[in-house]
Amino acid sequence: MYDFLVDLIGNEIIAAFISAALPVVFIVPFVIFGVLMERKVAGHMQDRLGPMRVGYHGILQTVADFFKLLQKEDIVADGIDKKFFNFAPYLVFAGSYAVYAALPFSSKYIGADIDLGIFYIIAVSGLVVAGILMAGWTSNNKYSLYGALRSAAQIVSYEIPTALIILSMVMLTGTLSLAEMSEMQTAYFWNWNIFGGAEWSFTKLLLIPFMFAGFLLFYISSLAEVNRTPFDMPEAESELVGGYHTEYSGIKFSMFFLAEYANMFAVSALVSVLFFGGYHSPIGYVGNTLGLEALIPFEQVFWFAAKGIFFVFVQMWLRWTLPRVRVDQLMTICWKYLIPYAFLNLLIIGIITLI
Amino acid sequence: MAIKTEQLILNMGPQHPSTHGVLRLEVELEGEVVTKVKPHLGYLHRCFEKHAEAMSYPQVIPYTDRMDYLASMYNNFGYVLAVEKLMGIKVPERVEYIRIIMGELQRIASHMVALGTYGLDIGAFTPFLYLFRDREKILTLFEMTCGARLLYNYMWVGGLSHDLHPDFVRMTREFISYFRPNVVEVNELLTFNKIFIERTANIGILPADTAINYGITGPNLRASGVKWDLRKNDPYSIYDRFDFEIPVGEGTMGTVGDCWDRYYVRVLEMEQSLRIIEQALDQLPEGDINESIPKRIKPPAGSVYQRVENSKGELGYFIISDGTLNPFRVKVRAPSFVNLSVLNELCRGHMVADIIAILGSIDIVLGEVDR
Amino acid sequence: MKISEEIFEILKNKFPDYKFGLETETPVEPVLSADPLKINEIAHFLAENEDLFFDSLMNLSGVDDANGEKSTDADGAEIITGGTLSVYYHLHSMKFNHKLTVKVSTPRENPEVESVEGIWKTANWHEREAYDMVGIIFLNHPDLERILMPYDWEEGSHPLRKDYKNPEFYHGMRVPY
Repeated sequence: MYDFLVDLIGNEIIAAFISAALPVVFIVPFVIFGVLMERKVAGHMQDRLGPMRVGYHGILQTVADFFKLLQKEDIVADGIDKKFFNFAPYLVFAGSYAVYAALPFSSKYIGADIDLGIFYIIAVSGLVVAGILMAGWTSNNKYSLYGALRSAAQIVSYEIPTALIILSMVMLTGTLSLAEMSEMQTAYFWNWNIFGGAEWSFTKLLLIPFMFAGFLLFYISSLAEVNRTPFDMPEAESELVGGYHTEYSGIKFSMFFLAEYANMFAVSALVSVLFFGGYHSPIGYVGNTLGLEALIPFEQVFWFAAKGIFFVFVQMWLRWTLPRVRVDQLMTICWKYLIPYAFLNLLIIGIITLI
Repeated sequence: MAIKTEQLILNMGPQHPSTHGVLRLEVELEGEVVTKVKPHLGYLHRCFEKHAEAMSYPQVIPYTDRMDYLASMYNNFGYVLAVEKLMGIKVPERVEYIRIIMGELQRIASHMVALGTYGLDIGAFTPFLYLFRDREKILTLFEMTCGARLLYNYMWVGGLSHDLHPDFVRMTREFISYFRPNVVEVNELLTFNKIFIERTANIGILPADTAINYGITGPNLRASGVKWDLRKNDPYSIYDRFDFEIPVGEGTMGTVGDCWDRYYVRVLEMEQSLRIIEQALDQLPEGDINESIPKRIKPPAGSVYQRVENSKGELGYFIISDGTLNPFRVKVRAPSFVNLSVLNELCRGHMVADIIAILGSIDIVLGEVDR
Repeated sequence: MKISEEIFEILKNKFPDYKFGLETETPVEPVLSADPLKINEIAHFLAENEDLFFDSLMNLSGVDDANGEKSTDADGAEIITGGTLSVYYHLHSMKFNHKLTVKVSTPRENPEVESVEGIWKTANWHEREAYDMVGIIFLNHPDLERILMPYDWEEGSHPLRKDYKNPEFYHGMRVPY
């Protein structure tokens, strides 16, 4: 994409800017859709309808909410560290936004096709921790502080199983670039990593159970990383009121919201790239059948978004079904179960790839 | 060099999503571990007892509605029983049966809120709305009978404000057959959920002797393994005619008297209440509900203490009459008020998140704590 | 199962020096009266005696008897001088299923009653409430402070006294606004 823009415009800096700004075109509509989807999913799971007033079946509800949040008074309480308090939401959003730079939306569009894509994602998502800690500490509120510290502990701990599973996937595919990883799982769904990758040999069959295990481990720890139920400790509303964003209002609060939904999609997209073929269609392309090559990238964007939204839906499904674990149980799950299993999985996948 | 440390004092409430109203808890913490919880009450104090002294006996009934606003019928029930005992009134059979049907429906409705909000405290949102959906059906039955959905003023001294609607019996039977499978659904969704059990089993264990010493009553006492229910042990009205069981906590998932037991006893009690309602509907006699309502309510001088088994525990009315039209003193032994006093005992040594789990499992209503 | 008259006899034999009374002219249940400054000892006996075993205190209520001399002050408000304040204990034995109502009366000017908090923990909050509402001082209570009224409510002002006068101001705010 970047190269294409450089050719088109002839200026590297402008090309880089446009290329970097493109995910916003996706994130903002996604968040608007995602919030509505959450409320609709929640509503229907709970035997009610969800928002119904704004537009047909409430489809414009989030838009109305967004304008409401824009108009709200931006309350900044006394006795807080204003500089960092104001900066924290943007840092959180920046952290989750930066992840999108390395996500391959289709074979023709990736913000920055860096070779170390997946490590870059692990690294920049750490920015979110800094933002949350900053928000919690500067709010000068005990609930916020609890939320922030829990969140920091949680995200840092759960990075380990995530990274271990990613490592095993890197061993299997032999690349750190997400675009390349997606390209390896081309054609039909039995080529996806979760079914042992594109290579047809008996190791493929051996790999399948461990791939499923890896997927489950990764999905569970990714839930914790984006603070979703059952691991929504930092903002556990029944204990900590609102966690680290208790003191925020108006547009700054909506930045946290934006970051949360952006994050949800980012980890879901990562799941689909690692295990479910990324942007590749499971059943072949219409563009190939019709002979329209130009259609394929758009189809790929569709599949990428569809897979991502499906996993976001699963996150919502879990949220409205499960209760919340306690903070020490959360740590137990991570250190006593997920990390050992992730190591075991890494070892076994390593041995299988060596065969 | 030793680092200077001090305890963190966290104010939970009066505005907090999980204190079930305007309760303030002053929590002393060592990290995340609780060393002391001190409840501060009175944010909802409305001087019920002072009001009652200035009202005539029947005028007090609407005020009793507003104490435990989730179990208004039963508050009426306890008060009118006390006044009737003081005056020596015998009410007609039909009135007794209707009172029991209403009381048990109210107990189910109150337990639904207790269980639903408990799920909410633990973080499960969906069971709450499922239970509220079913509670609506009970409230519809009440509305059909007396026109109100929350504060009924339904039971009067010596009778009732309205007779049953002609469709009431049929609709109540329909509700019972509708609601039974839904209990199973809630059990599958919440009660036997692994995370829920992890959060509630072995948390806030209340031993039986401590419970009795603190005066804990109702489902909380029964969860500690004490088979004690005023409907059986000290029967009032016509409860001795019905066949039902008293569920007690058995420590199925942890220790006897933990949060899970307190929760599960309520689930089982709903089934027993349904049984009582079914029997009462079968036996419901015809008759005039107004025949024993006295023209003038003027009890003889003296005092009475009448207790009933409310959904929260033992609800007692202590009424002193000086022989005039107004009560001289009305003191309410509110079950939530007494049950809440054990909170510090239960919370010590647990974590912040457990305070919520424990407080929710005690099932308090602040309208009754503060009166 | 023991009725109040039997318990009255048992108590009179056990504590021959203390004053007891039994009011039987009541419509529902007899009321046993005792000495407010000996109630702790009596309660201990009631709770631990093997034949009585009153293991639960159902209710504890403070009552203003309003049996003193009534007069009106300059504003026309009623003042009561003399007379008594009472505490009613409703005891119950879960083992024997018998009940007892004990009443102690204490002079209005110096309302002191021994606390029974050490025997039944449930008395802790009930006594705080009786102190808050009627102004009875419970001796040896671990933290006798207001419970339902604000902590900074006017000293010596207890709403459930029959001669209670509504305050005009609370923290500079007019109360009947």
